[in-house]
Amino acid sequence: MSARLMQGNEAVAEGALLAGVRFFGGYPITPSTEIAEGMAKLLPQVGGTFIQMEDEIASMGVVLGASLAGKKVLTASSGPGISLKQELIGYAAATEIPVVIVNVQRVGPSTGQPTAPSQGDVMQARWGTHGDHSIIVLSPWSVREAFDLAVRSVNYAERFRTPVILLMDEIVGHLRESVELPAESEIEIYPRRAPKKSRAEGYEPYAPDEDLVPNIANFGEGYHIHVTGLIHDETGFPSGSPKVTRESIKRMHEKISRAADEIIDVQEEFMDDAEFAVVAFGGTSRTAYEAVLSARKRGVKVGFVRLVTIFPFADKIISELAKKIRGLLVAELNYGQIVGEVERAAKGQCAVKLCAKYDMTIFEPEEIEAAIDEMISEVDGE
Amino acid sequence: MTERSYEKFFRQNRLPHLWCPGCGNGIVMKAIVQAVEKKLGWTQDNTIIVSGIGCSSRASGYMDFDTLHTAHGRAIPFATGIKLANPKLNVIVITGDGDCTAIGGNHFIHGCRRNVDLTVILFNNNIYGMTGGQASPMTPLGKKATTAPYGSIDRPFDACKLAEAAGATYVARSTAFHVQHLTKMIEDGLDNRGFSFIEALVQCPTAYGRRNKIGEPAKMMAWMRDNAIMKSAWDKLTDDKKTGDKFPIGLFYRAETETYDEAYHHVIELAGGAK
Repeated sequence: MSARLMQGNEAVAEGALLAGVRFFGGYPITPSTEIAEGMAKLLPQVGGTFIQMEDEIASMGVVLGASLAGKKVLTASSGPGISLKQELIGYAAATEIPVVIVNVQRVGPSTGQPTAPSQGDVMQARWGTHGDHSIIVLSPWSVREAFDLAVRSVNYAERFRTPVILLMDEIVGHLRESVELPAESEIEIYPRRAPKKSRAEGYEPYAPDEDLVPNIANFGEGYHIHVTGLIHDETGFPSGSPKVTRESIKRMHEKISRAADEIIDVQEEFMDDAEFAVVAFGGTSRTAYEAVLSARKRGVKVGFVRLVTIFPFADKIISELAKKIRGLLVAELNYGQIVGEVERAAKGQCAVKLCAKYDMTIFEPEEIEAAIDEMISEVDGE
Repeated sequence: MTERSYEKFFRQNRLPHLWCPGCGNGIVMKAIVQAVEKKLGWTQDNTIIVSGIGCSSRASGYMDFDTLHTAHGRAIPFATGIKLANPKLNVIVITGDGDCTAIGGNHFIHGCRRNVDLTVILFNNNIYGMTGGQASPMTPLGKKATTAPYGSIDRPFDACKLAEAAGATYVARSTAFHVQHLTKMIEDGLDNRGFSFIEALVQCPTAYGRRNKIGEPAKMMAWMRDNAIMKSAWDKLTDDKKTGDKFPIGLFYRAETETYDEAYHHVIELAGGAK
C-alpha cells in the first residue's frame, strides 16, 4: 500500500473503521472534530451510521444503544465534552458495554485553551466517572500508532466488554505524517462475543466466561436480557445483596487486571546501560525521545520509557526499572499527574522527578534534556 | 387476544413490582403490552423496551423483552442508537415527568425534532416519586412537594405542546383512568412511523396525592374522570370553560414526515454504502 499524508485524527477514524466500527455518535469540539468529520464521510460508504447528537451525553447514550444492538461503536471528544461523557462511561463500565472513547486532550480545566495541547486528562481517564470501576487507556505518539491503537482499542473494548479510552493529545491529533496503513487482511479483529448457551439451557447474560468477561447477547436475538446500571447479579437484574455487590465490583476489576501483562505495552529504548530514564507518553514522548538521543550523544547514560498503555498502569515494569536505575524523570504536559503513578510503582527504589509544562506550548527537546541533567546532578548530590 | 393473554409479556419471576399500593404505573405498563399484542409482527423478540430512571422507568425490569434501564434522562439517546443500529427492531421508551422533561429535556426535544421511529410513553405522576416527592417540571402551580412546601411557583411544562412544537410526528395524552382510550393512543403511537409521544397521566397517591390532600387512589382517578375532556369536545369549549383542573386528552397532532432512519438510508445510498 502506498504512503498517505494523514493527520492523527484521520488515522483514528480509518483505524476504527478497519477494526469494524459501524456506528459513531458525536458532537463537535476542537481538537477532536476531524474524527467525527472522518466518520461522517466514511461510515455511510460501508453501510454504517454516523449521527451528530445534541450534546456529549447524548453522544455517549446513542453509541451505547448501538453497541447493545450489535454494532462496534466509537465516539470522540475533548475537554468539556469528555467531562460530560463521564456519566455514561460509568454506565458502560457497570453494564459492560463495549465502547471506545477518543479524548484528544486540550488545556483545561473548563473551556481552558481550546486548541492548545495538554495532557491534563490522564487521571480523569482513569477515575473520571464516579465509583470503583476498571478501564483501559491507550496513548499514541505518532499518526501510524493512532491508527494501530484505534484498532487495538476496538478489539479490547469487544474482548473485555469495557469502555476503552484512546487518550490522544492535540499534538498527535493534529500531527500530519506520511503513513502506510495495513490492509484489512493484515489486521486481527476481535469479534463481538456471543452467548454460549440458549435461553432453554439457562443462559445468564452476566455469567462470566473463563476470562471473567460475560458473553452478553445483542438486543433482538431473542434472549430477553435486562441491562441496568444498578448493581446486578449474573441474571442482569438488580440485587441488593452485599455479596453480589462485592463480587460484581471485584470481577469488573479482575477481568482487566488478570490480563494486565498482555494489555500493558511499554516501549523501552537505551535501557541496557541506563542509569537514568525519561518516562513519557503521547505526543510528549516524541520530544522526550529527542532529548534522550541528544543526551546520549553527550555520553549521558539515560534511557527512554514510553507508556503506550497508560491504564492498567505498568506497575511491575516501573518497579523492576526502579530497582536497576538511579532516577526516573517523568515528562508530561500538565501540573503533574502520571508522576504520582510512577512514584507509587517505584516504591522509593529510585528517585522520581517531574518535568511538567502547562502553558499551552509543547516541550522543546532542550527543556527535557536540561531536566535530565538537573535530575542527575540532584541525584549525584544526594 | 384471550383473557389475561397479556401476562406472557411480563417476567413473572420479577413480580410483584416495587410500586406503592394504588400507583397508576402498572395500568400504563399493562396498556403498553396490550397495545404491543395488537400490533402485527411485533414480538417479544423484536421489540425493545428502554427506560430512564425513576418509578416509571422500573417498568422495563418487569417486561419480558430485551429491556434497557438506562441512566437518568438518557433513555431517548440510547433508544435512538438501538433503532439506528438495527432498524428492524421496534423501540419503545418508558419515561417519567422528571426523567423526560427535566434532566432529559434536551434529549426529549431533539428526539422529537430528529423523528427517529420511536414511541415514547411518559408516565406523568406530577412528582419525583422515587426520591420521595420533590417538585418536577410537571408539578402543577400551587401544588405541594417536599421541595415546594409552600406550593410550587415553578411554571409547569405541557409536555404534549412541547413535543408538538419540537417536531414529534404523533402526540397524544390519556390517563390511567381511561384504560381503553390509553391503550388505543399507545397503539396508534406504535403505528406511527416516526417519533411518537404519549403522555399518560398516572396517580401517585403516596408522594403527590397525600401531600396535596387528594391521597386516595380512587379519588385521584375520579379526578381524572371528571376533568379529562376528549380533544374533540375540548376544541368546542370556549376559553372561559377551559378552567380549573380541566385538561384535554386524545390525539393532538399527527404528521407524515420522513423518519431519520429513512433519511439516513438515502445518505448511505449517496455514499455508495448500500448493499
